[in-house]
Amino acid sequence: MSLRRPAKDQPESFKFNASSLEAANVIVAKYPEGKQQSAVMALLYIAQKQNNNWIPLAAMKYIAKFLDMPYIKVYEVATFYTMYNLAPVGKYFVQVCTTTPCMIRGANQLVEACKEKISENEFQLSDDKSCSWTEVECLGACVNAPMMQINDDYYEDLNKQKTLDILDKILNGETPKPGSYRGRVNNEPENNRKTLVDLKNA
Amino acid sequence: MLKDQDRIFQNLYNDKGSDVASSKERGDWVNTKEITDKGRDWIINEIKESQLRGRGGAGFPTGLKWSFAPKEVGSRPHYLVINGDESEPGTCKDRDILRFEPHKLIEGCLITSYAVQAHVCYIYIRGEYFVDGQKLQAAIDEAYEKKLLGKNAAGTGWDLDIYIHYGAGAYICGEETALLESIEGKKGQPRLKPPFPALIGLYGCPTIINNVETIAVVPTILRRGGKWFASLGREKNTGTKIFCISGNVNTPCNVEEEMNIPLKELIEVHAGGVIGGWDNLQAVIPGGSSMPLIPKEKCETLTMDFDSLMAEKSGLGTAGIVVINKDQDIIKCMARIARFYKHESCGQCTPCREGSGWMWRMLERMAKGDATKDEVDMLGDVTNQIAGHTICAFGEGSSWPVQGLLRHFKKEIEKRNNLDPIVQKKNNIPYLVDQHLLDKKNA
Repeated sequence: MSLRRPAKDQPESFKFNASSLEAANVIVAKYPEGKQQSAVMALLYIAQKQNNNWIPLAAMKYIAKFLDMPYIKVYEVATFYTMYNLAPVGKYFVQVCTTTPCMIRGANQLVEACKEKISENEFQLSDDKSCSWTEVECLGACVNAPMMQINDDYYEDLNKQKTLDILDKILNGETPKPGSYRGRVNNEPENNRKTLVDLKNA
Repeated sequence: MLKDQDRIFQNLYNDKGSDVASSKERGDWVNTKEITDKGRDWIINEIKESQLRGRGGAGFPTGLKWSFAPKEVGSRPHYLVINGDESEPGTCKDRDILRFEPHKLIEGCLITSYAVQAHVCYIYIRGEYFVDGQKLQAAIDEAYEKKLLGKNAAGTGWDLDIYIHYGAGAYICGEETALLESIEGKKGQPRLKPPFPALIGLYGCPTIINNVETIAVVPTILRRGGKWFASLGREKNTGTKIFCISGNVNTPCNVEEEMNIPLKELIEVHAGGVIGGWDNLQAVIPGGSSMPLIPKEKCETLTMDFDSLMAEKSGLGTAGIVVINKDQDIIKCMARIARFYKHESCGQCTPCREGSGWMWRMLERMAKGDATKDEVDMLGDVTNQIAGHTICAFGEGSSWPVQGLLRHFKKEIEKRNNLDPIVQKKNNIPYLVDQHLLDKKNA
């Protein structure tokens, strides 16, 4: 299990804005009548997106009222799942995969790059408060190892220099291009494709 | 090597588009109505005849699972749930299906829903795959637009709605009952079985849960016949499978191959060989992190299917092959896997919650050479106290890799860790040792 604690400084109140409210109603309609509790995970995402990448306790209370469920159940869900940030992480949240398949291809270099560019410790905001990083468990892009995720996008086939370049870009407020950074196409074997070659050349 | 025309996932590398038009060129959605017109029993029998086994890790026969759904729909509706919570380290096959072959999955959902009489299908995708989930959502939207979903989907006369539910970073939600809890908006903690989800599943209703890859191969099997699928591979281990080859190889990749393919062929031909040559190979994890590793000697002749790997006390799992060469410290690699399981344990059962942490801490010390001689056996003992003593298979999944390490690399651990047991050394470390054990009179 992982230890997760809500931030000390909490905003007083939280409310969905118009676009969040619309998205939330679309989600609730996906589930059978009376089973609106199912929407709690998606609603927490919406709150996280609206509130600069993290979920304050006030948002959990708001969602509990919205879905007519006990606050503690929302709190349980928010603290159980690791993708809900319970404290500010900045506009860009960098997650470096360091599980074995990435580790043996040099994920520690990516961690070093994050320490150099962003901050010394995990979850510590960078000097301009725009960015933070953490090590995470397998992100499911093992054949593109080592890799990292910045907000929703995957950055694959990295090394230290390429990571430093990407981090420079986000610290300048740019959004670097996601995908492979060794120029390969998706998950195909680089320059060694033996299958479906006719399709490739068609 | 498998012939290209026998590959089910023609667009695995996204050479063509993933929209409806280009999917139709590959044969999807062509005669869906003809398939469903042959009836439920025909579909289930054809899948049984193909001997398709679930692609999510456990390898349960798919046709058999479908036949567990009640024959008549009672007061409770039936549900189909697709497990796309792919989180097993070493595995990244479902992601490619979600983003490049979404229509194979959607058509599979329609046919399966018809076979198990479900009108609603939830596709559970791990939260990290948000971008890939959006691509699937775009494909679903297009399918609704072209009347392939919704009322009278694809002219079959069957109504089906498909919804995506995103997870939020919990590995345990890949376990089928934890996944149902998660869809219901709770913590992802597995339920006791029985009752099995086929009778009491999502919202207490009969629910069939299948992996993304399992469902995505269904339409092709029904088009080309169960016999064709069964002719690939070998008895009870039939068909094709997407293998993910990662780790210390020259060209890590995903590739669809026949079951029962030699491991050496996968590594040498498709993955461009081990970095530093075949002789530099140390061990291979054959089926995602929870399967015990296989040392080099056995990799020479090993074939990749459920039963031949079971004979080696390992398993095919999700077919995520992690190649580890001799430049790596094998104990450290396994310690990292143990840390993964420590992090991902849901905390419901004590042996798993506490034991996964013990295994991680012991392995970390063993990697550094800080452990005592007796701890090697103690570690084995801990794994045995976890496996089989938990609600779900996470207990096995977390202890098998450690058991595999102990089985094949015990000498390596013992060589590095030759400190005398603390009790014998009479070290005065009160927080490590029960003090009464130090005093022989009281022992």
